[in-house]
Amino acid sequence: MWWKSLFGIYMVLIILGAFLYAPVAKGLGETTRILFFHVPCAWIATLAFLVSAVYSILYLRKQKMIHDLKASSAAQIGLVFTILATITGSIWAKQIWHSYWNWDPRESSIFILLLIYAAYFALRSAVDEQNQKARLSAVYSIIAFVTVPFLIFVVPRIVESLHPDPLINPRGKVDMDSRMSTVFFGSFVGFTALFFWMLYLKIQIARLSQFKFKPGD
Amino acid sequence: MGKNAFMWATKSLIIFQKDVQLEFRTRFAINAIVLFAITTLTAISFSIGPARLETTILSALLWIILFFSAMSGLSHIFVREEEQQTADTLRLVTTPLSIFLGKWLFNVVLLFALEIIIVPLYFILMNTSQSAGNNFLLFLLLLFWGSLGLATVSTIIAAIISQASARGALFAVLAFPISLPVLISSIHGTRLALEGNTFSECLPDLQILIAFFVVILTVSILTFEFIWKSN
Repeated sequence: MWWKSLFGIYMVLIILGAFLYAPVAKGLGETTRILFFHVPCAWIATLAFLVSAVYSILYLRKQKMIHDLKASSAAQIGLVFTILATITGSIWAKQIWHSYWNWDPRESSIFILLLIYAAYFALRSAVDEQNQKARLSAVYSIIAFVTVPFLIFVVPRIVESLHPDPLINPRGKVDMDSRMSTVFFGSFVGFTALFFWMLYLKIQIARLSQFKFKPGD
Repeated sequence: MGKNAFMWATKSLIIFQKDVQLEFRTRFAINAIVLFAITTLTAISFSIGPARLETTILSALLWIILFFSAMSGLSHIFVREEEQQTADTLRLVTTPLSIFLGKWLFNVVLLFALEIIIVPLYFILMNTSQSAGNNFLLFLLLLFWGSLGLATVSTIIAAIISQASARGALFAVLAFPISLPVLISSIHGTRLALEGNTFSECLPDLQILIAFFVVILTVSILTFEFIWKSN
């Protein structure tokens, strides 16, 4: 498949660009380079959560197992990227803030996302019957999804954030060097493509191994 | 038409009445929740001794007690239907909407009953009753809306876990991330109220509590049907 090799070359270019091409930001030094991997990871964590909620709604409407499979697969990949975003963020925090963890609002919100994913899988493992598992976890996913916007407003009320925000800032624009933003958005596109490819693979694997789908299902 | 429109309300009240009668027959939930709260309160009071706590810790401890007490007793409302195998009969008798509203009302009343006992006790044991300058009316307002949010989250999560195995452990795990907006704003608002701030300074917290309650109740009503439906 030609596009797989193309995608591989693209990601290699992004990694090379992150380390060699992009300049460092003022005041952050070489730690800037984690930005090109940490922020896309956090983005995928959020995107996977959204995808999972959308397929949960679809499952409740259509009652087809394929939607539950997609919802849970998206959540599984989301969990991996949430952990990656947490770890990369924590390493960066140690360098800049001299502590791995200090409950900065951004650290709190990624931790809450981690809790929600963990609760989702705890619920899935506690229900045996397939349809019931799909139904209950779909409902939980939707309820968790409507909670998250509140946390965005609530969490910063505890402490002021020190987190640098090139994407979500009050002025709503990107303050970045043009070479930096090229690599940055390139990395976004690459990670998003990676997410959907992983999702596709997970669904194919599940289809082949445990689910016996009828043609129209 | 007028009669039909209010049928669901009447039916919810009947479900509520049934649960209250059942509750007074065994007194399981009220015993569990009140004794749990008193045990926690005693443990905290013993361990801090005569020390006076700051308002930051005071408000956090109060809401932690309320949260875990809710976690100890509020799931009973749905778990009982499954354990006594009365859920199927209930499914035949009435609509999911009235069942959810009836049970939600029961949990709200139960949580308020708990607070009538535990909140005065908390302030007596924590030596704060004589401290001047707190805005008590504002505190009651925060308590009211915070409890409504907490009771609503507990009711919908109770409905989910009553269908799963390992119910006790799962309840707090599932409810905690969802109740976080309530907990954070209530703790923040309670601290402000205890420090004697005015209504307008607490307004953002109250707005969040009210908005969260409305949203979570709506989503619960919309999704409850799917939880309740048997295979």
